[in-house]
Amino acid sequence: MSSLLSAPSALREDALRRLKREMWARAVKLGLRSWVGWRRGFTSKADPQRSGRVTAEVIEHLERLALVDFGSLEAVARLEKAIAFADRLRAVDTDGVEPMESVLEDRCLYLRSDNVVEGNCAEELLQNAHRVVEEYFVAPPGVND
Amino acid sequence: MAALMLRWSCLGKRWVLACIDGGSRHGRGAAIGLTSRRKRGQSSVAQQPLIAVQKSRKGEHEWAAVVGLEIHAQISSNSKLFSGSQVHFAAPPNSLVSFFDASLPGTLPVLNRRCVEAAVMTGLALNCRINKKSLFDRKHYFYADLPAGYQITQQRLPIAVNGSLAYSVSVGKKPSQVSTRTVRIKQIQLEQDSGKSLHDEPRSQTLIDLNRAGVGLLEVVLEPDMSCGEEAASAVRELQLILQALGTSQANMAEGQLRVDANISVHHPGEPLGVRTEVKNLNSARFLAKAIDFEIKRQIHELENGRKILNETRSFDDKLGCTMPMRDKEGKQDYRFMPEPNLPPLLLYDTASLPPGADPQQVINIDWIRERLPELPGKTREKLIQQYGMLPEHSFTLLNEVGLLEFFQNVIKETRAEPKKVTSWVLNIFLGFLKQQNLAVNESPVTPSALAELLNLLDRKAISSSAARQVMDMKRGNPRAINKLIGLVRKATLSRADPTVIKEILERKLSS
Repeated sequence: MSSLLSAPSALREDALRRLKREMWARAVKLGLRSWVGWRRGFTSKADPQRSGRVTAEVIEHLERLALVDFGSLEAVARLEKAIAFADRLRAVDTDGVEPMESVLEDRCLYLRSDNVVEGNCAEELLQNAHRVVEEYFVAPPGVND
Repeated sequence: MAALMLRWSCLGKRWVLACIDGGSRHGRGAAIGLTSRRKRGQSSVAQQPLIAVQKSRKGEHEWAAVVGLEIHAQISSNSKLFSGSQVHFAAPPNSLVSFFDASLPGTLPVLNRRCVEAAVMTGLALNCRINKKSLFDRKHYFYADLPAGYQITQQRLPIAVNGSLAYSVSVGKKPSQVSTRTVRIKQIQLEQDSGKSLHDEPRSQTLIDLNRAGVGLLEVVLEPDMSCGEEAASAVRELQLILQALGTSQANMAEGQLRVDANISVHHPGEPLGVRTEVKNLNSARFLAKAIDFEIKRQIHELENGRKILNETRSFDDKLGCTMPMRDKEGKQDYRFMPEPNLPPLLLYDTASLPPGADPQQVINIDWIRERLPELPGKTREKLIQQYGMLPEHSFTLLNEVGLLEFFQNVIKETRAEPKKVTSWVLNIFLGFLKQQNLAVNESPVTPSALAELLNLLDRKAISSSAARQVMDMKRGNPRAINKLIGLVRKATLSRADPTVIKEILERKLSS
């Protein structure tokens, strides 16, 4: 079981220090947030990446990569709003702050011993399959993209 | 006037279109061998008289090929990298699959300690720097044998980086002319294997077996320091021997435990590197060199004819002996790498940094592993040379042939004959015999004890060397040789022995 308590104390302190720094930076910027947002409105139009428009090319690319369906203009508009929302992260000044790896980065990675404890449940697994041939899952041909 | 042949030859790091005089007394030229132009290597230009041809157009005809390799080795472990299902080669389809391997919702990866140790051992054996902190990422792509839609790998920060692998290549026609080369190791990372797809063309479907899905892989990335198929094949062979000596992978290419992808490009020396192609699924030692050399020649040919090289993925068709484009080209794959959110960073320790009172099962000490590394092939060869006074190239042959070293050592144990004699017999006569009969060492009808006995007789001068060779002949099933040997035994026993009895005894001994 992973637990923060068993993580090396040096790492724990590091993470806390970083967290404090980030919160302080954020608090300072709070006052400037509205001003920054106003400024962004101007600069983003000059920058095509931040123009707020997602091109048809990008939509096609995303649909192929992630197998999602941006079927309507409404869906694309929602995507653009989501990107704009995430863009507000840039408002935080992170100069000199080391990025976190993940929110779990201070936890211990549990190491399992090399024993066979699972498997032998082909029947159960195959129940989920739409089509089965002799204990194999069946997929359409040339399934690669 | 002898016929002139135009052939591409690998000359050190250069590929040269050479005009080889087919009837010259110097032989067939250097299409096979390499000359080393390095400061350390021998200058064997004298053995390979190539007359460089001036091309009519462009004038510049020297090409340099650049070959990099990505090698995937299946980790030898009981269970998979992130789940507790078994790792085994042949088993009923989908019987070695856990819920996590099938990517059922609600399952999480749990790292296998043995796989981490295997990665550290391999990194240390290849002179890498072991990263005390390494990270896991997701590499996304869709394929039926990848149920999760992503592979867990280590793209940002792998477990080991910046190592080196030394291998040897022949630089002349004589077996003694070998030169040592080094290839840099960019990184070693832990990643999951995918399942297997069996394409059923007639019924227009693909059958998926997930037994292999989730098995731990070591990806070893070799920098593009190699320049032809032979160098690549030697490097791969040496890596195979190292992995087998460590026990981290059985590295058997036939069983898919070692897979190689090659990145190949050509350019004029002094100019920037050319566009590279990737040749995937080189799964046989035999075709590895062939495929790479073909691709180099193909690229040179395309460029010489004014065409461009596409940055594409190709596969090698061993029946046709050529590479073919693999995937439909629609731009580079975007794998959308992201940190694996379910796995914290992997932390490794050494004796100095080991946290006091830590659970030994939960920490890995790099120093502890380093102290217990098995003997590597390079060291084994060194010992053979010192202990038995054999030549370096002999030590290479002994290690390169599967099971031959063990055979040799067993013969040495049981025989009184001189080690040099044993070496000569094992490498020349015994190995030659196996090759002729197309047998592996473990299929040999001649046991180490039998050969030891034969050599003892030879040593005692009880039989002559030609008689001993005839015994080997008999193993080939040569009836005349049997009769000859009967004759010799009769002579040795001063005609006192009964020929039928001799025959019986011999046949019994030979069939054992």
